[in-house]
Amino acid sequence: MIELDNLTKVFDTPKGAVVAADHISMEVPPGEICILLGPSGCGKTTTLKMINRIVKPTSGKVFIDGDDTTGMDTQTLRRNIGYVIQQIGLFPNMTIEENITIVPRLLGWDRAKYRERARELMAMIALEPDAFLKRYPSELSGGQQQRIGVARALAADPPVMLMDEPFGAIDPINRAVIQDEFLKMQQALKKTIMFVSHDIDEAIKMGDRIAVFREGKLVQYSAPDDLLAAPKDSFVESFLGEDRALKRLNLVKVRDIVTDEIGTVSPGDTLENALTRIDDFGYQNSILMVNDHRQPAGIVNRSVTRTTKGYCRDHFQAVPAMIGLDDDLRKAASLMFAHDTTWLPCVDEDGKVCGQITQRAMTRHLGARFRARQGNAQNPDIAIKE
Amino acid sequence: MPIQTMKGALRALLLVAIFFAGVWSHSSGLIDDFLWYLPDVQYLMGEHLWLTAVSGSLAIAVAIPLGILLSRPSMARWAESLMQVLNVGTTIPTLAVLALSMSFLGIGTVPAVFGLFVATLLPITRNTYAGLKGVNPALMEAAAGIGMSPTQRLFKVELPNALYVIFAGMRTALTINVGTVPLAFLIGAGGLGELIFTGIDLYDPVMMLAGAIPTALLAIVVDAVIAFIAFVVVPRGVNPARA
Repeated sequence: MIELDNLTKVFDTPKGAVVAADHISMEVPPGEICILLGPSGCGKTTTLKMINRIVKPTSGKVFIDGDDTTGMDTQTLRRNIGYVIQQIGLFPNMTIEENITIVPRLLGWDRAKYRERARELMAMIALEPDAFLKRYPSELSGGQQQRIGVARALAADPPVMLMDEPFGAIDPINRAVIQDEFLKMQQALKKTIMFVSHDIDEAIKMGDRIAVFREGKLVQYSAPDDLLAAPKDSFVESFLGEDRALKRLNLVKVRDIVTDEIGTVSPGDTLENALTRIDDFGYQNSILMVNDHRQPAGIVNRSVTRTTKGYCRDHFQAVPAMIGLDDDLRKAASLMFAHDTTWLPCVDEDGKVCGQITQRAMTRHLGARFRARQGNAQNPDIAIKE
Repeated sequence: MPIQTMKGALRALLLVAIFFAGVWSHSSGLIDDFLWYLPDVQYLMGEHLWLTAVSGSLAIAVAIPLGILLSRPSMARWAESLMQVLNVGTTIPTLAVLALSMSFLGIGTVPAVFGLFVATLLPITRNTYAGLKGVNPALMEAAAGIGMSPTQRLFKVELPNALYVIFAGMRTALTINVGTVPLAFLIGAGGLGELIFTGIDLYDPVMMLAGAIPTALLAIVVDAVIAFIAFVVVPRGVNPARA
């Protein structure tokens, strides 16, 4: 757990005092990732760096796992905090092994133990130990280097990690891969992490909580979904962007809004039968045909059932798209747009139909939070709790 | 293809020229003339190297700690102006430095070593300072952030990363040192300058060359030796020669 209590930094510049961080008080619960988000110069990096005293606080306190760090020796404090920076900062004079074992060596681990740890870490970041440990940082790609940077920060298994735009210098494709890998690692490691970013999409993807900064002040501190649904003021709103409703699509899983009820036909049904079912369920254009294992087999169009006689197995079209329960709504929306359809069949891990998701259900789910907020415009906190 | 042929032809021509130069120098007795100076050359080369070794190692012993000191954050306020003073110092001709040190310390080995020491000190200090200041700030932040003490940062991060630049400074300085030692003869410290300057005074080109050629060879050898030490000592990851 990281707790900041009225943390303040005032820089003396030739133009006078500049308040870089103004009485920041916040708390990151154990095992969560907190993203510090904001435009450049908003104080997010200063706040982060005050935690490990790269920037010396003017006033205020930092608590780690409940302990006041004010009296702690700086070196000891830092060795117990993992630190990852955007420029990576691997030591070019050391091999990868020397780089990732540096903190254990500073802590005086014995050789066998830290070498074992190096191999463990390499496995964790999915790089082959034998191929990489003896190489030098300059021989690695940017993405590989930052994986090593993360491994170095994790080496002594610190309870807390500080990450300053760690994936900012990596190309978008590799960045997405590393973000996914990191989230997977975090699921197992459960570190308490503070993470600076200026990228709203990264914040939504990585954060359990997001703290929005502006001109040295903490403006809003909420879970990503709450932030997007109920921005506190016009600054947060404009920073999140006009498509913030769409960004929420990333945060909601199909599982959350799927309806179990879905009308289907089997290949042996007559088209007449199919028409009845379409009308019974109130479908507009078509109905899903499933095989004996309840796997989607095709689509029977309403127009066909009205004009033709015969069996479904002879008059169906291919299923345009379907979606898994663990996919997010962004993918669902994308598939709907791509295939010009207003609903998608949902399938479980075995590929069996388990329900459907409609455009109507998606817009209703996203809209519910906005309407709730408008109803309580004076007090957005109430809206958040809904 | 034509370029290849031309290169081959030139190389053959060069070999023939060298061969005939050898034949001519032998038949004209030039080689025997040079060999006549061999005992002198050996003795004076020893003196020469001794002067370089003493003044050079003194300079390294002072310049590197000085460069480190100047690069410390606590010295930041004075470091730049001190480096300016050193830069001005570098522009003073070595002969003038020798003359100055003679006027204080008299003639002989001591003023010569002192003069050479001063001339060698400056490039090494400058490169040590520049090398340490040139270490990527991100490395320094990472080193501080993972909990290295200032001393650990200096020895584990700063110096290894600045080492190549520091060695470059030593190469320049010691090569200049070897080339400057002949001047030390002028204030009575010996060295190969004895053959060079006496040769000039007596208008004896063979004697002059018997001093000049070994001096040039010594400079090349010293440069190569330091380059080799740098190759071995500088860690592979920050050694352009081994990249």
